[in-house]
Amino acid sequence: MEAFTTHTGVGVPLRRSNVDTDQIIPAVYLKRVTKTGFDDGLFHAWRTNDPDFVLNQPAYSSGSVLVAGADFGTGSSREHAVWALRDYGFAAVLSPRFADIFRGNAGKQGLVAAQLSQDDIEQIWKILEENPGTEITVDLAERQVHAGEAGAVFRFDIDDYTRWRLMEGLDDIGLTLRHEEDITAFEARRPSWMPKTLPARIAEG
Amino acid sequence: MASTLAEKVWADHVVRRGENGEPDLLYIDLQLLHEVTSPQAFDGLRQEGRTPRRLDQQLATEDHNTPTIDIDKPIADITSRTQIDTLRRNAEEFGVRIHSLGDKDQGIVHVVGPQLGLTMPGITVVCGDSHTSTHGAFGALAFGIGTSEVEHVLATQTLPLKPFKTMAITVNGSLKPGVTAKDIILAVIAKIGTGGGAGYVLEYRGEAIRELSMEGRMTICNMSIEAGARAGMIAPDETTFDYVKGRPHAPQGADWDEAVEYWRSLRTDEDATFDTEVVIEADELEPFVTWGTNPGQGLPLSAAVPAPEDFTDDTSKVAAENALRYMDLVPGTPLKDIRVDTVFMGSCTNGRIEDLRAFAETIRGRTKHPEVRVMVVPGSARVRLQAEQEGLDQEFLAFGAEWRQAGCSMCLGMNPDQLKPGERAASTSNRNFEGRQGKGGRTHLVSPVVAAATAVRGTLSSPSDLDGTAAPAAAPAA
Ligand code: SF4
Repeated sequence: MEAFTTHTGVGVPLRRSNVDTDQIIPAVYLKRVTKTGFDDGLFHAWRTNDPDFVLNQPAYSSGSVLVAGADFGTGSSREHAVWALRDYGFAAVLSPRFADIFRGNAGKQGLVAAQLSQDDIEQIWKILEENPGTEITVDLAERQVHAGEAGAVFRFDIDDYTRWRLMEGLDDIGLTLRHEEDITAFEARRPSWMPKTLPARIAEG
Repeated sequence: MASTLAEKVWADHVVRRGENGEPDLLYIDLQLLHEVTSPQAFDGLRQEGRTPRRLDQQLATEDHNTPTIDIDKPIADITSRTQIDTLRRNAEEFGVRIHSLGDKDQGIVHVVGPQLGLTMPGITVVCGDSHTSTHGAFGALAFGIGTSEVEHVLATQTLPLKPFKTMAITVNGSLKPGVTAKDIILAVIAKIGTGGGAGYVLEYRGEAIRELSMEGRMTICNMSIEAGARAGMIAPDETTFDYVKGRPHAPQGADWDEAVEYWRSLRTDEDATFDTEVVIEADELEPFVTWGTNPGQGLPLSAAVPAPEDFTDDTSKVAAENALRYMDLVPGTPLKDIRVDTVFMGSCTNGRIEDLRAFAETIRGRTKHPEVRVMVVPGSARVRLQAEQEGLDQEFLAFGAEWRQAGCSMCLGMNPDQLKPGERAASTSNRNFEGRQGKGGRTHLVSPVVAAATAVRGTLSSPSDLDGTAAPAAAPAA
């Protein structure tokens, strides 16, 4: 996971609340065996059926900061929803409220889930819609979003532990590997007869 | 300080104690892998440029998706084939030991681990599969994990975890003839409920547990998850050591003596306390079957289908109503009058050699009910070979049963082995959820001997219902 301090990219106003994970990525994509390449499934129904959908508009299509309505990421716990957003190129999602599991999954995969007030989200939507393609900056160190020429600044919430992990670029595995010396020391203490699958031994006959 | 078995095994695996509410970092001795829950874990490693830390503590086998007939032909279902091909490619790329379809050591993960002697007392075992609790029968701390955790174990051989609570389940006295380990665990789940074990490691103890074979103990620990528990455990004893000894990966020579000495220390201290305790009297148990759509909806076979009004709380009432509708059962019907279309004998709960022997013994000298389809699916290729060596396959075939290749099969119907809508099965597996064995299929969970008696009579039956139907060979003179 890459360390995240600030990110600047095109803001995408998604004027919808209650975007559940089925809408973020439909169930058929769950049969896949990879953890990457889910960008084609992102918002699949809207992208295929609705020419006006925000990501179908050239000014927003290369966006990397999603600005969504309340209750983003509800429904099924599928980690695929975060994979799809990340694979499409999103670095952050701003919303007045996130589903718990989605927020947890986002933190594990390096996607910033920043919580802003409903008023602030609406102001950002306005800025983005007045000048499609406007870039916004998500500053994780300062917990601030900078948007528009006038330099409007908004505060956001994110829990301390997740923020620290994202800024250090640590996924769970990265965090554990900080204690690699402890693991190595533990392994040195293990009895030699503990199970080993290699070299393979199998029964005769 | 006095500790329980689970606490001892935990303490012996703490790499680093968590501070300020952080989880402990727990060392994992053995990880088992299969095709369904591992692909994204390997892909995650690849993405981050990581490699497995301990290849000698990983073992992969193909089980959930594999066909149980025509295994030499390409797998017809594309999703299944892709998942299996992916596992093979990942195993090859990363160097993980794999037992593929057609290999003598292929089979259900939870049958293969113990059979190879890799599952031992006092170790930690994980797998991306909830029935990993099976391995607790050896006094191992064994539990199912999610795909992100599979990746975590591949990369670090550890998991950050908070300690589990402990529950003692004491089964006093001895089982009556015809009553088996499966009946104990179905009775336990009916008693504590499908959520009763949530957050706990269950330790099964008492005379009836001590008297069980390893196969029986595995059946019990296997279904701990059906009570919502994280894991189930049984303290290792001579039965355990005898089972492990001489297996391909068991310790040998001086190592064996050292291991056994340590294993003997793995028991709950006299004065240790459990967070919760449950007591069951073995001699009061009868063959148990489920009538509903969760494993807690079970009753003695001699009982009748319950009515929703029999339940006091609203949740159970509604659950019973829904279950009866799905199962198409009328309250008051004796369970023994329920006719089945299929008998499924297999799964990681009851697909081991002893289970097949018990099934064979019950059908011996008897005829299959003409309208019942009987599938016998060994838990592993070795179990299949062993059964063939003992001539059990011939008995099954002569009886009119199908004798299939090893795998999960109709336990979850991810391969073509499925019930048709509306079909009813007596199944030795562990889950009777709606649609588990095929869309619209109805499942009654039973023990191997009940499965066998049901195959003979065509309705849910216990071996004692067969008296008089047997050819003399099966009934030793009193
Ligand atoms: S036999 Fe059934 S319960 Fe066991 S691992 Fe296979 S699918 Fe899961």
